[in-house]
Amino acid sequence: MARAASQARHPFLTRSRKEGLFFFIFISPWIAGFLIFLAGPIIASFYFSLTTYDVLNPPTFIGLQNYRDLTSDDLFWQSLRVTTEYSLISVPLGIAFALGLAILLNLKIPFIAFFRTIYYLPSVISGVAVAVLWMWILNPAFGILNWALWNFLHIRGPQWLFSEQWALPSLVLMSLWSVGGSMILYLAGLQGVPTELYEAASLDGAHAVRRFWHITLPGISPVLLFTLITGIINSFQTFTQASVMTQGGPHYATFFYVYYLWQTAFGGSTIDMGYASAMAWILFVLVFLLTIVLLVSSRLWVYYEGAERG
Amino acid sequence: MDRHRDSGRPGRAIPRRRRYSALIPKVLALIVVSVGALFILAPVFWMLSTSLKTLNQTLTFPPAWIPSPLQFKNYPDALTTLPFGTFARNSVVVSLTILIGEVATNSFVAFGFARLRGPGKRWIFIVLLSTMLIPFPVLVIPQYLLFKNLGWIDTFLPLIVPPWFGSAFLIFLVRQFYMTIPRELDEAAELDGCGYFSIYLRIIVPLSKPVLASVAIFSFTYNWNDYLAPLIYLDSPEHFTLPLGLASFLGRPGTVVPWHQLMAASLVTVLPCVLLFFFAQRFFIQGIVVSGVKG
Repeated sequence: MARAASQARHPFLTRSRKEGLFFFIFISPWIAGFLIFLAGPIIASFYFSLTTYDVLNPPTFIGLQNYRDLTSDDLFWQSLRVTTEYSLISVPLGIAFALGLAILLNLKIPFIAFFRTIYYLPSVISGVAVAVLWMWILNPAFGILNWALWNFLHIRGPQWLFSEQWALPSLVLMSLWSVGGSMILYLAGLQGVPTELYEAASLDGAHAVRRFWHITLPGISPVLLFTLITGIINSFQTFTQASVMTQGGPHYATFFYVYYLWQTAFGGSTIDMGYASAMAWILFVLVFLLTIVLLVSSRLWVYYEGAERG
Repeated sequence: MDRHRDSGRPGRAIPRRRRYSALIPKVLALIVVSVGALFILAPVFWMLSTSLKTLNQTLTFPPAWIPSPLQFKNYPDALTTLPFGTFARNSVVVSLTILIGEVATNSFVAFGFARLRGPGKRWIFIVLLSTMLIPFPVLVIPQYLLFKNLGWIDTFLPLIVPPWFGSAFLIFLVRQFYMTIPRELDEAAELDGCGYFSIYLRIIVPLSKPVLASVAIFSFTYNWNDYLAPLIYLDSPEHFTLPLGLASFLGRPGTVVPWHQLMAASLVTVLPCVLLFFFAQRFFIQGIVVSGVKG
């Protein structure tokens, strides 16, 4: 075989050594990128978080002062509160809507491909264009949302993005417009749940709610975990909405964490890369811990079909 | 894909009354899903409708859904008020350059993870997966300082170069696909005297067009819509990408916001992604299904 031949030709470069060498050759672009753009920056970021640095003058080491200052920084707590609140509301709501839609579309109704296309459409047009569109939809005087509320329900709509109370709910509403991406995931998950399980349960007289609770939910729990983790990570990085639509306002009602970070590092009148790096590290640790908690807890509630079979 | 739960199975007589009652949930579902689809489509239609109005028509209540007359000149107006042609060209250059790099690098690196054994591979793969959890804002300050030292600020390089080194999510996506290609093909090629590079180029890549299409599409839509990185790295308007240009359209205080032109410009901005989606829908769907369900 090829193995014997290559061993004869290169006594040192055995087949497995050669394969190992090529493994590293193939992954070398990623390793280089990892060191230059990830590992390096993360370590540098930790160093900068211990300094005060306005870019014009060299960084000055100040120890843990930035972290101490953050604990008494009202804007920091406000940005953390806004971001957490947004995450706690938009992620579960998004999952509920996506799962609900997926269940309906899984009932073998007509035009399923058409509906799937329509629901997925908003997911491909994220970013500034969508933000601008929603500013117009939510316009209190001339937007269609308040028109629809008045026309169909005779409700005088709120000031939406201009109201301290309604600005954050407006952004949650806007996020629900693009649940189609995770809906597709749930649809695929639902179609992967073995049909025999439903038939067996029906024969045993289990009604729809029980079947959902004991068969559907465990069956799609891996997708649930995936959308939960990515949803939380993404919601903690919310930036475009604050930057384009509200500039964090009104009165800091949409002052998202990353928006504050960006202001501190790039956009404000006084720039402090050190302080912003401390914020970045806190975000990193928070997201990391949340993910670990979810992954560890997932052993209790996520069911992998393959795992049982061994 | 189509292993649906089927209530009316063949070969078993179902009483007629039960068959009707089985229809009720489907009819209800169809109604709910249709109403939902209206909520999804209304904003899109509203964008189109506004983009064909005069400024005065945008400022009326109740708003007209179909403006008359249709004012098509908003499009040329919007595209010339700000140098939208320049923004569009910049967006095309940046997105396509990144796309080429991401398809090439990620498919190359994924071959290593899918097909070759090496010392520490398991751990390296775990590190790769865990880098997906690192939020970009955490990296942006040191990366900015790095690129500033290189003199790359206000050029496209900080946007283009990092993706050429591969991205964890896309490597994972491609690897999942490679794992489904039978190994016998590699082994046969090896017996014929093919090295790893030619196995990759002649066997794996030609069989991977669907997943590479998914990578290309993900890459394009993400970078076409990206806002934070261009905002940080690009300073002068002649280097702006479309999202930055759109945002700068808003940022002129004291003037009435020209919603009709803004909607025209937004529509032009989203159009490539929408067209891409309609023509390559199955690659979008395949891509997210592979990444999510098997993740």
